[in-house]
This record gives sequence, structure tokens and C-alpha cells, in this order.
Amino acid sequence: MTAEIGHLALALALALAILGALLPQLGAARRDPALIAAAVPLTIGQFVLVLIAFLALTWAYVVSDFSLAVVASNSHTEKPMLYKLSGVWGNHEGSLLLWALILTFFAALVALLGRNLPARFRARVLAVESMIAVGFLLFLLLTSNPFERLSPPAVEGMGLNPLLQDPGLAFHPPFLYLGYVGFSVAFAFAIAALQEGRVDAAWARWVRPWTLVAWVFLTIGIALGSWWAYYELGWGGFWFWDPVENASFMPWLVGTALLHSAIVVEKRDSLKSWTVLLAIIAFSFSLLGTFLVRSGVLTSVHAFATDPARGVFILGFLALVVGGSLTLYAMRAETLTAGGLFEPISREGALVLNNVVLATAAATVLLGTLYPLLLDVFTGAKGTVGPPYFHAVFIPLMTPLFVALGLAPFLNWKRADLKTALSRLWIAAVTALIAVTVVAYLTWGGPVLALLGVAVGAWMIGAALTDLASRLRQGGRWMRLPRAQWGMSAAHIGVGVLVLGITGATAWNRESLEVMRVGDSLSVGPYTVRLENVAPVAGPNYTAVRGVMVVSEKGRAVMTLYPESRTYATPPMTTTEAAIRPTAVGDIYAVIGEETKGGWAVRLYLKPLQYWIWIGAGLMALGGVLSLSDRRYRIGAPARRKGAAHAA
Amino acid sequence: MALSPARARKRRRLGVVIIAAAILGIAVALVLFALRDTVVFFFGPSEVISRLDDPKLRLQERRFRMGGLVEEGSVRRLEDGKTTEFRITDGPGAFTVRYTGLLPDLFREGQGVVAEGRLDDKGRFIADEVLAKHDENYMPKEVADALKKTGHWQGESEAKP
Repeated sequence: MTAEIGHLALALALALAILGALLPQLGAARRDPALIAAAVPLTIGQFVLVLIAFLALTWAYVVSDFSLAVVASNSHTEKPMLYKLSGVWGNHEGSLLLWALILTFFAALVALLGRNLPARFRARVLAVESMIAVGFLLFLLLTSNPFERLSPPAVEGMGLNPLLQDPGLAFHPPFLYLGYVGFSVAFAFAIAALQEGRVDAAWARWVRPWTLVAWVFLTIGIALGSWWAYYELGWGGFWFWDPVENASFMPWLVGTALLHSAIVVEKRDSLKSWTVLLAIIAFSFSLLGTFLVRSGVLTSVHAFATDPARGVFILGFLALVVGGSLTLYAMRAETLTAGGLFEPISREGALVLNNVVLATAAATVLLGTLYPLLLDVFTGAKGTVGPPYFHAVFIPLMTPLFVALGLAPFLNWKRADLKTALSRLWIAAVTALIAVTVVAYLTWGGPVLALLGVAVGAWMIGAALTDLASRLRQGGRWMRLPRAQWGMSAAHIGVGVLVLGITGATAWNRESLEVMRVGDSLSVGPYTVRLENVAPVAGPNYTAVRGVMVVSEKGRAVMTLYPESRTYATPPMTTTEAAIRPTAVGDIYAVIGEETKGGWAVRLYLKPLQYWIWIGAGLMALGGVLSLSDRRYRIGAPARRKGAAHAA
Repeated sequence: MALSPARARKRRRLGVVIIAAAILGIAVALVLFALRDTVVFFFGPSEVISRLDDPKLRLQERRFRMGGLVEEGSVRRLEDGKTTEFRITDGPGAFTVRYTGLLPDLFREGQGVVAEGRLDDKGRFIADEVLAKHDENYMPKEVADALKKTGHWQGESEAKP
């Protein structure tokens, strides 16, 4: 019965979404206040209905209602509750329902928080959001109904893929979707602005926090996915340039560009039509990402859900949204008159560089992702484009961006003097030089490219700290400094830390593989690992073999590792649970494999600076949150500023 | 610098366009250069056997991927305990693969698998990476296509009940 309520709610939500897409636009065109006002209740109604559908599906998982096809094929009575819940979105149908839920949630937030927006403008924004909702709800109801019944009902569920039974992955999709869908708000604002023919500082102050919210979630989502791949897949890698990863990375790159260009619109009233275009592209990449993942058009190590038939619908929807919005852009972009002027060497100039490089990078990722598909279609040959391509393209593209990232905060708006800026950065330059020298000495004979990574990483951290220090000196007390300044510094330091982490973990990775008997020792880097014992253990829905390994450094025991090899019953599958422990140098990573020749196959890695990657990503996300908490950029702040000025 | 605002705007626009075009040009060059050397082609074992001496392909010199099913009864572990030898088959052809390392969790006889590596001078395929896809209902797309090509496709095991 709950399933039917959910199904009905979805159908009703679709009806409201169709009305919500049409009526406010009609009202805005005819200047009919009643139709314009209808946008808000229609939007909130959609959210409430989709929420009901989502709760109905969740309930079916909680009580293990195996008369529902999705529950039967993805859940099991013996599964821990957390994974019953995460199972809701751990499959095609449920994840799309989550998409729709987040979409309508954001739309409802715009409706509620947007009281200070011009009514007509808000109506248009909400109509665009409803239009997107129509697409997704139709897709759900027509091709991926989560409430499809099985007749007769299954006796027991088939279980969730054990690799997905993991806290990191339980929260990875929601964060990723919050990011993807968050860009729909910037997109809706861009479309509405094109229709109204107006983009100004107030518009940018609206778009910026929403973009920041989306960007923070996407950053966390990508980091969680990478972290999961690192510890769960047991290969010690954290990024594979897999199509599914690329699908989330492309909107991130464009979103990062959008974040920066919106600053120029707000502060300098410049780069308007470019910013609008970026907002369109960012969301288009989000849709494309969904398409790539959900249609199974590309082979991928992540392909959990593959059904090419559904691809046709998303592709059509994608063509409609992207084609439609770009056509509108082509027709209307001229109406957005440019504002402030600037010289190439200026803060604006640096931000333009940021935008061009990030957009180009997104394009190269797109090409690398689609190339196998194009190759197949045009030549019939099968091939893959792997990390070598992305490294060859990304390292030369990103290096100038990272150099400029350190420099940009020292450049004035409008026109800047490069010499003055550089003269204030000598400490950062010397820091980078010292770091390179020390690292070159310590890792003599290692990859030369790693030194470049160390140089730009140290440069970015040094420059961001110098900037922060000089502003603190000017501004007096640290509390006075705007949160947005703290946010920028944290995020930029985060990029530096991330680059250092990636450099360390890829360039100086140590690895050894051996068949070990109990009592055997194996060394990796400065550490010696002794296999003390191997014993069976039982988990809630699996059995495992657990190794006990004592790690010692210079004869002194420093830690014990417990890698496991788990065997699940439903579905029958073996997973490796790597034991990972951070040390001063980096992560020690141990994997135990199958029993062979009287011993166990054991693989050990030493990954220098590995955890800096997570720290770097965390700092970037923290930077976004700090900027969001800035009083000036709080959502809905523009109109309240007058009142706030009196209060202050 | 006494330019009218309109002229200045045009000039600035031109500057931005030139910078953007330069970066884009560099990127295109990088991409083309990188793609030429980094595309890893995929073949089924029978295709590898038939095109072994194809002068255009130069299989002996390049890195490629080979995929198919792990032949039943072909998996054996070498003396060192960490090197596995097995045969990948797509029906008519089978090719011996050597891999040193931990095999993925889903590696099993009869399962679809993709190996990446090079041929050695004895004509063996030395893989440094072996991928077995995570989901057992899921067959690597290239493997399925290769099996279909040789007529050894047994139909998709439908994931849905």
C-alpha cells in the first residue's frame, strides 16, 4: 500500500511540475500576478510529493518489502540497517528518485528563501527548476519506476553488492547529487537572467552562494568516492580517470570556474555573459554525468547500473536542455551589456585565466572520456584512454593555473603591477625553492616531474599564507577579516596540500608483493611487516580471514595491521578490506589475498603523503563553507543588507 | 591610453580572445599528441592471434588490452606463489596470460576478464593489470562484443528477477 502511495505521489508531482513549468512563465510573459504567485506553492508541492515518494520507498527497504522489484534485487533481510537505507539510492531507480528529491528540495529552498527576489524573476527561476523536474519525473515514471511490483513477491532479497556496503559509499551518492543538482539553481538563474535580459551584481550575489553550496557538496562527494576507491578496491589507487569519476570531475571543474567568474560579475560588473554561459555549461555537465553513469554507454569499472535503453531518454532530455539553453543564450547574450574594463594583468585577468584553463581542462576530460566511444563508432576499434593521456594533458595545463593561483590575490582589480605583486611573494618563492631542494635531496633519482609538483604545491601554500598574513597585518585583529577571505585562503592552501599529496602518493609509492607464511617478514620503505597470525572471523553478513601484521621501524614495533579478506553470502562475493594506517611519512596499506602454497599472498604499499589528499580536499570544502558563512554572501542577504547596515 | 570606452572594450575583448585561443590551441596540441601515444586498444584472443604479424598494428611493440573468458581449468600458479598463468578465450582462440600480483576479487574460471600489458619475446602476454568487473551479472562491454563477434555469446544473464 505504501508503494502505491509513493507511486501516486510521483505522478501527482509530475502534474504539479508540468503546471509549475508553464504557468509562471505564462504569468511572467503576461505580467499576471496570480500566475506568477502560483510558482511558489507549485514548487513546494512538488517537493512535498517527491518526499512522500522517497519516504515510501525508504519504508519498503526498512521493512524489506520484497514485493517491490528494486527492494528484492538490492536488499536482504540480514543486511545492517545503514545499508538497507543506503540501498535506497544504491541502484538506478532509487538514485534517480534521490536526484528528483534533491532537485525539488533546492527549488523549494529558492521559493522560500527568495522572497527578496523580484517576483517575476523568481517565478521564471522556479519555472526552469520545474521544467527540469518534469524531465526527471517522466524518466522515473516511464523507464525506471522504483515502485514496480513483483508478482509473486520474492521470498528473500538478492542483497546489495558487498563493495557498496561501506559507510564511505553510503554517503557518496547523496553528496555527489547535492553537488550536481545544486548547479541546477545557478542554471535556472542564468536562464531567467537571459529571459529578463539582466545580469548585475545582485544576480551574482544570488548565484554565488548557490554555486558555492553545490561546489562544496560536489567536492566532498568526489573526495568520498575517491577515498572509497582507495580503501575498498584494494589496489591502493585513489583516482583512475574512470568515466564515472570523470563524469563528476567535469562539472566540478566548470563549477570551480563559475565560482570565480561570479566574483568578477559581483565586484566588477564584468564577464557577465561568460558567467551565464558557465552556469549553463556546469549544469549541462551535471546532466551529462548522470547520462554517462546511468545509461551505461561507456564501459567502466563502476558500471553498477547499465541499461542502454534508458540512455535514449536522457540523451534526448540532455539535447533538449543543453540545446535549448544554448540557443536562448545565443539569442539573448547580446542584451547583457558589459561593465567594468580591465587590463590583462589584473585580478580580473587572473580570474579569466582561471576560467579559460578550467574550462579547457573540462573539455579535455570530456574528450578523453568520449574518445573510446567515438573510436568505436567511427573505426570499430575498441580502445581506452587511461591515466597517461590525462597526465600528459593535465600537468602542463594546470601548472600555469597553480602559479597564477598564488599570484592572483596580490593583483589589484582593474590594473595591477606584476613586479610589485612578485616582490611581495619572495618568501613563497624561496619556500618553494627550499622545498624542491630538500625533496630532491631526499628522493634523489626519483621522478623529476614530482619536483614540479612539490614546487607548485609549496608555492601555492606559501603564497596563500603570505596573503593571509599581510591582510591580517593590515586589518588588525583576525576576527575582523571577512570570512570570505578565510575561505579563499583555506581553499587555496587546500589546493596546494592536495597537489603535494597527489605528487607524493603517485611519485614515491613503494609496493611489495610476497607470499607470506605466519612468521615471515616483508619490508616496504623504512618499515618491516611481520605476519603474526591469520585467523577466521565472522561479521554480521559475511565471514572473513583476518591477518595480524606487526609493523616495526628500526626493530621497534610501531603498529599492528588487520587486513581482511571477506566472503559474503548474498550475493556470493569476496572483497578485500585493506588495513590502512597513517604514519609520519604517509599511509601504510596492507592487503591479504588468497591462501596459496602454504602461505597468504600479501601486498604492502607505502604511500607517502597520501592522507594529504584528503586533508587538501577537506580544506577546500572548508574554504567553501567559510565563504558561505560570510555575512555578505549568506543566501538572501542582498535585500537585507539595508537593515543589517542599521543594526551594525 | 586615451581610448574611448568602446575601443578599449574591443581591445580588451581581443586580448582575452587571443589568450583564450592560445590556451585552447596549446590544449588541442597536447590532446592530439597525448591521444596518439596513449590509446590502449582492445582485442579478443583470436584477433590477437590472427593479427600478430599485421605490420600496421605492430602488436609486438605496443601495450594493449586483451579480454574474454578465463578458460576453465587453465588457471595455475607458478612456483613463486605470486605469479598466475591462465588462458583467456573467446571461443575459437585462446591466449596465455601471465600476471604477477593479487588477482581481483571477482577473478574466476569462466568469468569475463580484461588484461592489460604487452607481449614478451616468447609470445606470452605479460599483464600488469587484470580487471574483473565488480558486478558479476555484468560482462565487460568489450568482452561481450568480442564473444558476440566469434559467436560464443551465451546471452545476457538478466539481472532483474
